Amino acid sequence: MVSPAAATIEPIAPLRPPTPPPSNPSRPLHTLPPPFTSSNLQLLAQGAEALVYKTTFLTPNTPCVVKYRPPKPYRHPTLDRRLTKARILAEARVLVRAGREGVSVPRVLGADWEAGWLVLGWVEGGSVRAVLDGWTERVKNRRKAYEASTGHAEEKEMLDLMSRIGSCIGHLHSIGIAHGDLTTSNIMLKSPSADLNSTTNGQAAVPSSTSSGSAIPSLAGQITLIDFGLASHMVPHSADEEGAVDLYVLERAFSATHPAAEPLFAEVLKAYGQSWKGAKGVLKRLEDVRLRGRKRSMLG
Amino acid sequence: MIAIGLEGSANKIAVGVISHPHPSKPPIVLANLRHTYNSPPGEGFQPKETALHHRAWVVRLIKQAVKQAGVKIEDIDCVCYTKGPGMFAPLQSTALAARTIALLWKKPLVGVNHCVGHIEMGRAITGANNPVVLYVSGGNTQVIAYSANRYRIFGETLDIAIGNCIDRFARVLMIPNDPFPGYNVEQLAKHGKHLVDIPYTVKGMDASFTGILAAAELLAKGIDEKLPPEKRLKTESGELVTKEDLCFSLQETVFAILVEITERAMAHVGATQVLVVGGVGSNVRLQQMMGLMARDRGGSVFATDERFCIDNGIMIAHAGLLEWGTGVTTPLEDSGCTQRFRTDEVYVGWRDD
Repeated sequence: MVSPAAATIEPIAPLRPPTPPPSNPSRPLHTLPPPFTSSNLQLLAQGAEALVYKTTFLTPNTPCVVKYRPPKPYRHPTLDRRLTKARILAEARVLVRAGREGVSVPRVLGADWEAGWLVLGWVEGGSVRAVLDGWTERVKNRRKAYEASTGHAEEKEMLDLMSRIGSCIGHLHSIGIAHGDLTTSNIMLKSPSADLNSTTNGQAAVPSSTSSGSAIPSLAGQITLIDFGLASHMVPHSADEEGAVDLYVLERAFSATHPAAEPLFAEVLKAYGQSWKGAKGVLKRLEDVRLRGRKRSMLG
Repeated sequence: MIAIGLEGSANKIAVGVISHPHPSKPPIVLANLRHTYNSPPGEGFQPKETALHHRAWVVRLIKQAVKQAGVKIEDIDCVCYTKGPGMFAPLQSTALAARTIALLWKKPLVGVNHCVGHIEMGRAITGANNPVVLYVSGGNTQVIAYSANRYRIFGETLDIAIGNCIDRFARVLMIPNDPFPGYNVEQLAKHGKHLVDIPYTVKGMDASFTGILAAAELLAKGIDEKLPPEKRLKTESGELVTKEDLCFSLQETVFAILVEITERAMAHVGATQVLVVGGVGSNVRLQQMMGLMARDRGGSVFATDERFCIDNGIMIAHAGLLEWGTGVTTPLEDSGCTQRFRTDEVYVGWRDD
């Protein structure tokens, strides 16, 4: 089987001095294909996949978001076209379907999968991440000032907000869609005023209550989910798993914000549990996902 | 400080001797030897035969490495060996050899995580100080970034390793195993021209490769020369698909997956450097694709060639010596090995950034 005499030991050449490849400081900038001009583009985010800009679409006072997936120079052009097309279409389909079923998501205004762009309606408002950051900051300050009086009203509003988040996620899952990247940055609180000139689906926004003092921003507004780049239609046999992973990702986003934000998440789960008939299975699965951590042990 | 390192987690038995003259100076390789067990074409290496191979070669390699290094036994500070992850029987043979020389020479043992060995070797040889690491080999596929004394896994394969996928793809096409299947696939791919559809599966920062194997079986049947020409697989332009085209398509697809998940991790942690380690990391096309991606992000790629990408004893000696320098040794009673040993289980005490 093993014949040691037949082969010789391979000597491996000694260490040579390190030669790091030169880095290229002149980074190529992407230009958006027409009909977008570079004049009123405002870069919102640069992910691994897409560049996200704010601009206007069709009329100068229709604000919109352009999600542009530039061609990847490392990818074979055929493969690149195939993936870009599949991903733009998948994202658009999920958004259209979610919108039709009454989940508040950005509207799809247009897409060109050959050119690599998707145009979405602008969502006016702030992210839940910003709300949580502001809230934890105020909690800290209140603790310092030993002042609990102003806290109660806000506390109640926060719990109400969490409950609306839980119901919204439940609604999304109930129509068979997993978000895939459910962080607090991807959950928005749409400003009630922004609904005036748009005809989005869903219930009318709750009027803002200003009773709890001017320093505290209003927590009214519709929960709107954004960034469906990793979203998918759930496969029946793994729906519990996909739903649980969504919740787990969100839970980690909460605990990463501030330890004080963790109890709030319980309220999200409570509302989620009452939101749809499959919720029980998902919540049960969530316990497994937590135990497993992010990853299962590697086998190869 | 001088260490001897024994690596035998897969089909290579390797012995290296390294010296760390001073923390501010680069390490010196005194000896770096290995011997590879090659199974016949169409077959993979089995634990039992591989372990027999390692046992047959380890003594010779140790003797020759010590002789070549020109060091006295008393100058060696510690004996490092691969504790895992890997195939159990080969790991066990290697651990046994390490224990034996440690007792014989009265030296402390240091059990090393194979993945950490690759990362530390890659950092030392390329000078990349804090890169996102893509570790790709026959048994592992991980995207790793350093944070607070751990090498944390950001993305990884959900099923089989990339090297395993390439090897098994090669096996289906009856591509030889010598020097290693991935090398032969790489050479054939250079002559491929047509891109054939192969499943592309990315889930967030993770990847999946099993679908490719199922596709490979079908594709291999489609290019069988015994089939009448009208039944054979053709490209859009009507040409017959060749073995070279399949190798080309495989590489273009799986490497695009790897580059994509690496880019996600880089965007997530805000890194611009990327280091590619592990056996598959010696593939020039992968390095090239990674370079194009890194350039687009204003960064650069660091890669080594097969001397240090492919499993070797030096990486174990190097990582082991770093760990020994922080006062860590492996007591004899804990000097076993383990098939599953997560990269993030190791406390990286030798880095303080």
